[in-house]
Amino acid sequence: MAKPKVATTSLAGCFGCHMSLLDIDERILKLVELVDFDKSPVDDIKEFTGRCAVGLIEGGCANEENVRVLQDFRRHCDVLISVGDCAINGGIPAMRNGIALMECLQEAYSTDHRLGPKVHNPDNVIPNDPELPLLLDKVYPCHEVVKIDYHLPGCPPPADTLWEALVALLSDKPVALPYELIKYD
Amino acid sequence: MSETLASAIREIAQACGNDRSRMMDIVEAVQAKFGCVSSEAMDLIAKQVSTHRVEVESVVSFYAFLSEQPKGKVVIRLCDDIIDEMKGSESVAEAFRQELGIDFGQTTPDGVITLEKTPCIGMCDQAPAALINNEVITYLSGDMAREIVRKLKKDPDPKKLIGRLGDGNNAHDLVRSMVHNNIRLAGEVVFSTMASGAGLKNALAMTPQEVIRDVKTARLRGRGGAGFPTGMKWDFTRQAPGDKKYVLCNADEGEPGTFKDRVILTEKADMMFEGMAVAGYAIGADTGVVYLRGEYAYLRALLEDALAKRRNAGLLGNDVMGKKGFRFDIRIQMGAGAYICGEETALISSCEGLRGDPKNRPPFPAQKGYLGCPTVVNNVETFCKVARILEHGPGWFAKMGSEGSSGTKLLSISGDCAKPGVYEVPFGIKVREVLDLCGAEDTAAVQVGGPSGQMIGMNQFGDPICYEHLATGGSVMVFNSSRDVLKIARKFMEFFVEESCGFCTPCRVGNVLLKEKLDDIINGKGAAGDLDYLESLGATVKAASRCGLGQTSPNPIVTTIKNFRSAYEAKIKAPAEEGLQPTFDIHAALSTAESIAGRKSVHT
Amino acid sequence: MSNTITFTIDGVEVTGQSGQTIMEAADAAGIYIPRLCALEELAPHGSCRVCTVMVNGRPQAACTQPIAEGMVVENETEQLLAIRRDIIDMLFVEGNHFCMFCEKSGNCELQALAYRFGIAAPRFPYLFPKRDIDATHPDIFIDRNRCILCGRCVRASRDIDGKNVFEFVGRGFDKRVAVNAEANLADTDAAVTDEAVNVCPTGALLKKRVGYAIPVGQRKYDHKPIGSDIEKK
Repeated sequence: MAKPKVATTSLAGCFGCHMSLLDIDERILKLVELVDFDKSPVDDIKEFTGRCAVGLIEGGCANEENVRVLQDFRRHCDVLISVGDCAINGGIPAMRNGIALMECLQEAYSTDHRLGPKVHNPDNVIPNDPELPLLLDKVYPCHEVVKIDYHLPGCPPPADTLWEALVALLSDKPVALPYELIKYD
Repeated sequence: MSETLASAIREIAQACGNDRSRMMDIVEAVQAKFGCVSSEAMDLIAKQVSTHRVEVESVVSFYAFLSEQPKGKVVIRLCDDIIDEMKGSESVAEAFRQELGIDFGQTTPDGVITLEKTPCIGMCDQAPAALINNEVITYLSGDMAREIVRKLKKDPDPKKLIGRLGDGNNAHDLVRSMVHNNIRLAGEVVFSTMASGAGLKNALAMTPQEVIRDVKTARLRGRGGAGFPTGMKWDFTRQAPGDKKYVLCNADEGEPGTFKDRVILTEKADMMFEGMAVAGYAIGADTGVVYLRGEYAYLRALLEDALAKRRNAGLLGNDVMGKKGFRFDIRIQMGAGAYICGEETALISSCEGLRGDPKNRPPFPAQKGYLGCPTVVNNVETFCKVARILEHGPGWFAKMGSEGSSGTKLLSISGDCAKPGVYEVPFGIKVREVLDLCGAEDTAAVQVGGPSGQMIGMNQFGDPICYEHLATGGSVMVFNSSRDVLKIARKFMEFFVEESCGFCTPCRVGNVLLKEKLDDIINGKGAAGDLDYLESLGATVKAASRCGLGQTSPNPIVTTIKNFRSAYEAKIKAPAEEGLQPTFDIHAALSTAESIAGRKSVHT
Repeated sequence: MSNTITFTIDGVEVTGQSGQTIMEAADAAGIYIPRLCALEELAPHGSCRVCTVMVNGRPQAACTQPIAEGMVVENETEQLLAIRRDIIDMLFVEGNHFCMFCEKSGNCELQALAYRFGIAAPRFPYLFPKRDIDATHPDIFIDRNRCILCGRCVRASRDIDGKNVFEFVGRGFDKRVAVNAEANLADTDAAVTDEAVNVCPTGALLKKRVGYAIPVGQRKYDHKPIGSDIEKK
């Protein structure tokens, strides 16, 4: 019987949650016995090759590409998990949520010292290459964009949290985390 | 300016005895004189009454009629309730906006006119209506609004806008308002003639205990809506230890759709004052306070006059009606635009010069109320009933109405009916009979008891209006089949969000969440499970909120889900299992970035 | 003279003294009732409503409700746990709680309650309000993003410090804690030695330059749920 497949992605995240996944140390060997990795930065598979049992989402949705990827994950995965605080509540990127988009861009790129930090930007342009995905009006938690089945909080979630949850899901057991594995930092 | 401000505040505060508990009077006077209670004014007031500046700010920031930022010499407050909306307030709003060249919440560049919206001002029977400073303008239209602005631009004196006067005391020299009483059905308790002193004289011939016994025998229950037995409340207060006790009259009629107290205050204030004096005698109080909502400021002079007449006639003051040792007088405390102050402990807070936050119970006001003293708080109408019970005896009163709800009830009827106005009916009257009385046709829904009450459908039109079935403080809003119950519910939720004092979590946050989800559903973003969400969230807010506001604020949603479920279900689409959440609007989320970047999203 | 009062919490007989609140009597009996605005040294406030219990079938705040003979109190029922969870969720979505960099993380009572209730994510949508930070004072700062309006600082400053540095202004969703000055904490007589600075359950009111002092793993709620100290008694 083919092994179930797992896909992962980092949207508006810092890859810290992926690092935490790697922190399961030698259990990673056990994990690859249990599953195959599909679309994921871990194996650098860019597009889904088929249906996946579990999708792990790191990061919230900050731009249109994040939304597109998240939708793609929802379409291909039986179970979708928000991994980490950014996926769950937008995290650090969501600190911009109370601020108008133009103001954020000016804060980042403007050479007017009153508006933002100094960057080498002699033409005072806000980057606008057609390749650049457009930003959303705010950073959205993943479950406000598509249906999410489980949430694993933490910044990042402890490796044990990821391990316990994955093993439970892959063996059709309920995800029941002990007190010490639900942490928001 | 600063010197003027300082000396004015000194004068105002001194007139209030530099008493911190008279903060409402002080800040209201400063607001009236200077158009705001500025930061500088707050400092000065704090010094004058020996309190902290932030305590003054705390009060000023709580009430809608007070502001730190300067307002125009003229403030137009357009009534923004559902009935006014049905009667065309949107076209009035548009006319004001156009003619003034400003939006709501703004002041004209010359600083003369401020335009605002305000919740129900108690004029649903003559909607659309607006308050212009203290003047009430009724039966508004777009043309009238334009005319008003033109006149105000020439002469910013709102009093000169009043042409045709209303009926009864509305035409009294001390009132001169265009408000109409619209008394459609005069019952035999409130709207019949009573000689001043007729009830009080009988009361003073009895012992206080006997007076309370009579009120109990009459089975009188509070007319504000909650229906607590009045005699029992008085008994508790009488028995509570304390030399100083108070009688408070709740004239903060704020439940949208209620205006019956307005008519009592206009025509039967003397009867109400008499009831307060009876209460004073029964519980052993020498002071009464009428907490009058800011919206009814136009009635204040008339009420002061009625009090003066009672004093002259020996019905107030020392040795009332010759009863040795019974001293009782009444003062009027103005509110400043806060629905929550109709809640009795919030009303007490406001009278004490504080934010209108409700208090923790226990202790109940009967033990520890106004200024920490045992206090009775009753509704305007309740005091009128008391006066008549003492005049005619409890048996006369108890014969009227139904078993658990004796006597008559004043209903304020508005909405889709031919004869909106005040009806004095016996308790137990069926909704259908009420609809016939007011000339309602094609009725699909009736809001009984205002937003905090319930929205009922046709299958309940046979139910009686009384405490045991359909309770109401007086508000009855009639809606015909052309109305959208979801939009009505949303209007009510907006009201509660606006009026929550914010003290407790479930009310402060829960109502916002309820309203947002209802918005989603109305905007076609509903999902399966949303009704369960609304019901469970509503249950939390009702169970966990600290006072009556939060304990009833989910009712617009909860009762429309119960009685008009299909209206919700028609709005909710099947879930998009693999697609985007219905609440996530990718187009809206990207529109700002699209306009900044000057290109369209590749996503959509 | 104090009278002994006997009542039950979830069927367990509890004795307390007349004048005690349900919370006080429960604490003494080793029964934990979750709370946020209540703090032993401060007068009860009754605002967060996390301590909602059923008293003879009616919801009441355990921190303000006095005990009475024969009273039947329910604490850990499914209905009450759902209500409390909802309230905790409300407080999370009402503010901007970024635990990942908050100095109070691990010692925060709001976070600890969410841990105790096993909340992985709130069931309500985040409201992302715009709130401000006041870092004007040399030794203390206010981050209103984290404020849950429990009023502990208001009460401590007024009743213990005798200063009235803090008070609520505004109403409804716009309600916030203001300071006794035109705008800035620096213009008040707040001092780092004030008790008000010690009572904040979240990271809304903190001392400067002492954040992150306790390593992860040794903080108050890293291993034991909030309320364990009461339950151990």
